[in-house]
Amino acid sequence: MKLALQNGWVVDPANDIDGRHDIFIDNGRITAMGTPPKDFVADREIDVNGLHVMPGIIDLSARLREPGEEYIATIASETVAAASGGITRMVYPPDTYPVIDTPAMARMIQDRADSIGSTKVHPLGALTVGLDGDKLTDMAMLMDAGCIGVSNASRPIQNTLVMRRAMQYASTYDLTVFLTPKDFWLAGNGCVHEGETSTRLGLPAIPEAAETVGVARDLALIETSGARAHFDLISCRRSLEMIDEAQQRGLPVTVGTSIHQLHLCEQDIKAFDTRYKVMPPLRTEHDREALVQGVAQGKITVICSDHQPHSVDAKLAPFSEAATGIAGLDSLLALTLRLVKSGKITLGCAISALTTNPAKVIGLDAGHLGIGAPADLCIYDPSHEWVLDEQSMVSRGRNSPFMNSTLTGKVLYTINGGKVVYNSLTNQTKP
Amino acid sequence: MLPPDSQIQFDSEGRLKHFLTINGLPRETLINILDMAESFINFGQREIKKVPLLRGKTLVNLFFEPSTRTRTTFEIAGKRLSADVINLSAARMSTSKGETILDTVRTLEAMHTDLFVVRDSASGAPHLIASHLPSHVKVINAGDGRHAHPTQAMLDMFTIRQVKGQFENLKVAIIGDILHSRVARSQIHALKILNVAEIRIIGPRTLIPTEIESMGVTTTGDMRAGLEDIDVVMMLRIQRERMDGQLIPSEQEYFNRYGLTEEKLSYAKNDAIVLHPGPINRGLEISSSVADGSRSLILNQVTNGIAVRMSIMATLMGGNESKK
Repeated sequence: MKLALQNGWVVDPANDIDGRHDIFIDNGRITAMGTPPKDFVADREIDVNGLHVMPGIIDLSARLREPGEEYIATIASETVAAASGGITRMVYPPDTYPVIDTPAMARMIQDRADSIGSTKVHPLGALTVGLDGDKLTDMAMLMDAGCIGVSNASRPIQNTLVMRRAMQYASTYDLTVFLTPKDFWLAGNGCVHEGETSTRLGLPAIPEAAETVGVARDLALIETSGARAHFDLISCRRSLEMIDEAQQRGLPVTVGTSIHQLHLCEQDIKAFDTRYKVMPPLRTEHDREALVQGVAQGKITVICSDHQPHSVDAKLAPFSEAATGIAGLDSLLALTLRLVKSGKITLGCAISALTTNPAKVIGLDAGHLGIGAPADLCIYDPSHEWVLDEQSMVSRGRNSPFMNSTLTGKVLYTINGGKVVYNSLTNQTKP
Repeated sequence: MLPPDSQIQFDSEGRLKHFLTINGLPRETLINILDMAESFINFGQREIKKVPLLRGKTLVNLFFEPSTRTRTTFEIAGKRLSADVINLSAARMSTSKGETILDTVRTLEAMHTDLFVVRDSASGAPHLIASHLPSHVKVINAGDGRHAHPTQAMLDMFTIRQVKGQFENLKVAIIGDILHSRVARSQIHALKILNVAEIRIIGPRTLIPTEIESMGVTTTGDMRAGLEDIDVVMMLRIQRERMDGQLIPSEQEYFNRYGLTEEKLSYAKNDAIVLHPGPINRGLEISSSVADGSRSLILNQVTNGIAVRMSIMATLMGGNESKK
């Protein structure tokens, strides 16, 4: 299958490309840009005049609910949703039921995703068996089974010795350790940031220190264990400062955050609005501004969806009992572009945070449009306005605080491994 | 601009339709409720203790958390207004599987309930219920988690006004476990709206929530400084299950520093009054001599609670027009 994309505006920060170029794809890879290779006869030509062509989005945190919670969503439903959002690869944290702590589970998830053929799914292996924080998993075999990193998901490992050994062991195989730092005791049963909102609404709170204590501990362990780590969901200004300081000293750590932390803060919870219940919790406006600035300055290099679909009922509960998380696949690109539109970050910075930077974190030759790279692309109309609503959302989860808001920037085609896996004109089917 | 957790309390014409939080209520509404309660106050001594204001209406006391006095006073208040009162004390599952809190409420609503009085251990539960009921069904919050206990705060205001006559010149101290207290949050809102001169929060730092100053109060850990020149001493109940050695080292230490004794009360004004939402822990937050002494209004609060709750029910059910 030979594919030619004509007249598109190519945005590929990894290769410093920002201009009008034709792209030629053969055998699942990019073979040329600008002028076609000799004897190239396209099987299919797509005129993408007026559209932006960027590398496929690599989302470093998305829950798909399968196995274990198929009544909420499935690998089929969520990979199709991802493809419609321009996402070509997703990293799947290991807190499934059962947990991704065996090679069989890791393979099963990838096989399911491959059989659907929309978006590739890269599982993270559990750091500890059952995520219980006691016993290390067979990390080398998990790696052989396709896990691109290891993580204890959102479950903190309380025992610092277990944490240190898990990092040491992972570093033997050069596995990236994904960390969501949270001090178990300080976080307690909290459900919102400790601040004005928790006091006003009388909700159990999570102090900033629950994250910064976790960051400090993990940085000290990284420093003495040799592990490479990615902090995937940072929420506080202070955490960012601490990690930045560690980076200056040469520690192999990277930082990511979720798109909603860049748009929302604690006051948005207003009157117990459970759509805004996320973990880590929405922090102060001051923190939010610092995170956006962190992206602009390249201290935060990755933006993820932190996609967590839920059934409608799961959010129809008192705040402290409602489910945690936002369904974010559908809106990841448009909300990132909103930051560009507001002048907070450049387009190149935004696209890097969605593509080449996350690719580097998981050690893949992807996320860019260089010759020979996998032909994973997202083609979007940068000026197309659309409303995120029941109709337009493809994910099974409808739990989004951005519901009914107008977004700018709509994906028209997603190409994965040289195949068109989403075409907005024809691909409206929902599994 | 109304505070976000208050907006749901008003209908499109600005009339009060739910009573969920004091926050955001106009001063006039509070005064009207207190004035109407005044007219109900001697009711209990009448030969026939009933008025027909809620005749033919069905009131469900839906208590997902144990309560004796609050539930009883709501029941009596409803009956004195001639409502048909049903009491339900239910345990509920805190998960979305099985019957949810909304399932329970919708089931009762299907039996044509007119007014729900709701208590729940989760902050915001009455808001959730109010936002999912048909618009003619009213909800009164009888205490939700740590968030609000607005009828308690109103009966406290009533009791203060009964003795002090006004609010503007009063200095008020609220003492104890503010962190876990829905009563304290509602009291602070009510006292601010009624324009008291000063509100001081007294307690150890472990029991004072962060950024409480944003509600317009000052804080101190020192009873002597905190009580100086105070007109109204509002005690809070210390829940014994909190006494696990982390928030408070021991009962002795707490009583030593914050237990209201005759001696500590002497730091306040000579005519200072003492309130407590009950049930009291003698020898923990208050000494028996103060609780049973002449300046204690603890039993007046209970009696007043019936009249104030009658007034709030009558207000919601159309007895009073409150404009935004």
